[in-house]
Amino acid sequence: MDLYEYQAKDLFAAHGVPVLPGDVATNPADAKAIAAKFGQPVVVKAQVKTGGRGKAGGVKLASTAEETEEKATAILGLDIKGHIVHRVLVTPASDIAEEYYFSFLLDRANRTFLAMASVEGGMDIEEVAATKPEALAKIHIDAIEGVDAAKAKEIADAANFPAEVKDQVIDTIVKLWETFVAEDATLVEVNPLVRDPQDKIVALDGKVTLDENASFRHPAHAELVDKAAENPLEAKAKEKGLNYVKLDGEVGIIGNGAGLVMSTLDVVAYAGEQYGVKPANFLDIGGGASAEVMANGLDVILGDEAVRSVFVNVFGGITACDAVANGIVKALEILGDEATKPLVVRLDGNNVEEGRRILAEANHPLVTVVDTMDNAAAKAAELAAAGV
Amino acid sequence: MAIFLNENSKVIVQGMTGAEGTKHTKRMLASGTNIVGGVNPRKAGEKVDFDGTVLPVFGSVKEAMEATGANVTVIFVPPAFAKAAVIEAIDAEIELAVVITEGIPVHDTAYFWAHAVATGNKTRIIGPNCPGIISPGKSNAGIIPANIAGSGKIGLVSKSGTLTYQMMYELRDFGFSTAIGIGGDPIIGTTHIDALEAFQADDETVAIVMIGEIGGDAEERAAAYIKENVTKPVVGYVAGFTAPEGKTMGHAGAIVSGSAGTAQAKKEALEAAGVKVGKTPSETAALMREIMNAL
Repeated sequence: MDLYEYQAKDLFAAHGVPVLPGDVATNPADAKAIAAKFGQPVVVKAQVKTGGRGKAGGVKLASTAEETEEKATAILGLDIKGHIVHRVLVTPASDIAEEYYFSFLLDRANRTFLAMASVEGGMDIEEVAATKPEALAKIHIDAIEGVDAAKAKEIADAANFPAEVKDQVIDTIVKLWETFVAEDATLVEVNPLVRDPQDKIVALDGKVTLDENASFRHPAHAELVDKAAENPLEAKAKEKGLNYVKLDGEVGIIGNGAGLVMSTLDVVAYAGEQYGVKPANFLDIGGGASAEVMANGLDVILGDEAVRSVFVNVFGGITACDAVANGIVKALEILGDEATKPLVVRLDGNNVEEGRRILAEANHPLVTVVDTMDNAAAKAAELAAAGV
Repeated sequence: MAIFLNENSKVIVQGMTGAEGTKHTKRMLASGTNIVGGVNPRKAGEKVDFDGTVLPVFGSVKEAMEATGANVTVIFVPPAFAKAAVIEAIDAEIELAVVITEGIPVHDTAYFWAHAVATGNKTRIIGPNCPGIISPGKSNAGIIPANIAGSGKIGLVSKSGTLTYQMMYELRDFGFSTAIGIGGDPIIGTTHIDALEAFQADDETVAIVMIGEIGGDAEERAAAYIKENVTKPVVGYVAGFTAPEGKTMGHAGAIVSGSAGTAQAKKEALEAAGVKVGKTPSETAALMREIMNAL
């Protein structure tokens, strides 16, 4: 789960990382009041979970409370790379002497963590890495030893942080590591990490990604979820414990196993090219595929108005195909009149003949059984095109 | 020969008395796996009857190994306790630990992996979040259904469970030396490269299917490895061409970040290494079929 800047900075503050004060406003009047409270000038910053806010006009300086209101009006509602701005962070403007970069992240290839640091911060770090790789220090972190002051000094030295601020940077690195570990983050990024004219180090921006697998030991993280910004179908699926991602196509997809469902999306996309239709969602119902789970999945998918047909693609591994077929039949019973879109079903694997027999016998008017994944995808795409 | 798991493997199950552990211990026994016991410190000394096979429960992996000569452990313990379970297996220096558990925090996986490295990599770890490994007709450590395909000469390594099953099913008339699901988490123990290296060295394996998916660069690194080190024919498949940027697609590790980790980049890397990559699972199976028929 990616956090907003203000949430990331709240976590930073809780772990002793230096940040500027600030408050979040959802309307221009509140932004004005915050500016009045902190004194001016202030910076009004769009809170969206994407980069390039500055270039998109989402970060503006305001020298009076009235101007803060104007800037907030301009920023709220902006569309930044598909993310609509619903909140702005209002924070005292900071004088900047130098801008640095710092992050802790997962290093998948080396199966450990990585610290990245540069005294050339402020810009897109991928650009620094591409154009001036020598300016970006990358230090591996041992997951057991972690980052103490000595390790933090090694990182600060490697990145050539100036002597005047090095001790503060080392202290900040240790505290960012504490944030990274204590919050079960997979990314903690500060860009820019700022040196002000008084040689004080401040995390001016913050990006944090939390590991959702660790939510069982972080009940407080549930409050960081922005329910209003969630796609309503994704929110509904999450409530039912389903692994669902909304996409912008017409063929609803249900399958078992993440890999098979990803593969199903691809096969439907290929088959849909000639009809101009695409997969409408990712939905993995897991190994069980019981009637209840199948009904919940169909319910979510049929709630998507863009869906014109549904492709149910199940490989009977642990669960036999007869159980899956019974699940589909019962799910359609549960849904009754709610089920209105044609279903293309492809079953393969354990006890497939019995599974197909059950579906044939049920002879549901919405269900078409097709033998192979490729042919079923083609059928689902054709039906979606016919239903558009 | 098969890789990592064979007819001599003696298997214990950590978490054998839990719901998943019980269900899959039965299934593994039914497929002929030599399971010699389970581990649960709270039930040490008890015996559990699995449809007529009575297995002892030990207090620790070490005790189980001393009493039975076990060299493989399959781990079903819940995410909150998985780190301790894997570390226990590593400290007991068991040869192979298959971690089925899904949903382990990545900090925990990074920690037990670092522990494995620090103690000399004496335990091969497969997973976490994987279906395990099967050498058909010899042994089955995990949850891969044993009735999909029998033994044969194809080696299979995959990030995905159901795509493993699908591919085994499509090529069931040829059969498999070993099929291994390495898991879909961002940090995993055994990698594509480890499996490719072992299949290359395995006399029984004549050709290899490699299945990848979006996220990370494991497939690209595997492609570079194949180019330099693998002389046996390799057929590849990559899932997730239509996955949007920044969305996790079921597996914790299956995410395209910016321009990194795309299926297209993986496919291109594999093809540049001489690997034939199928557009769909069935096309991939057809490519392997051609190779097997020509051998």
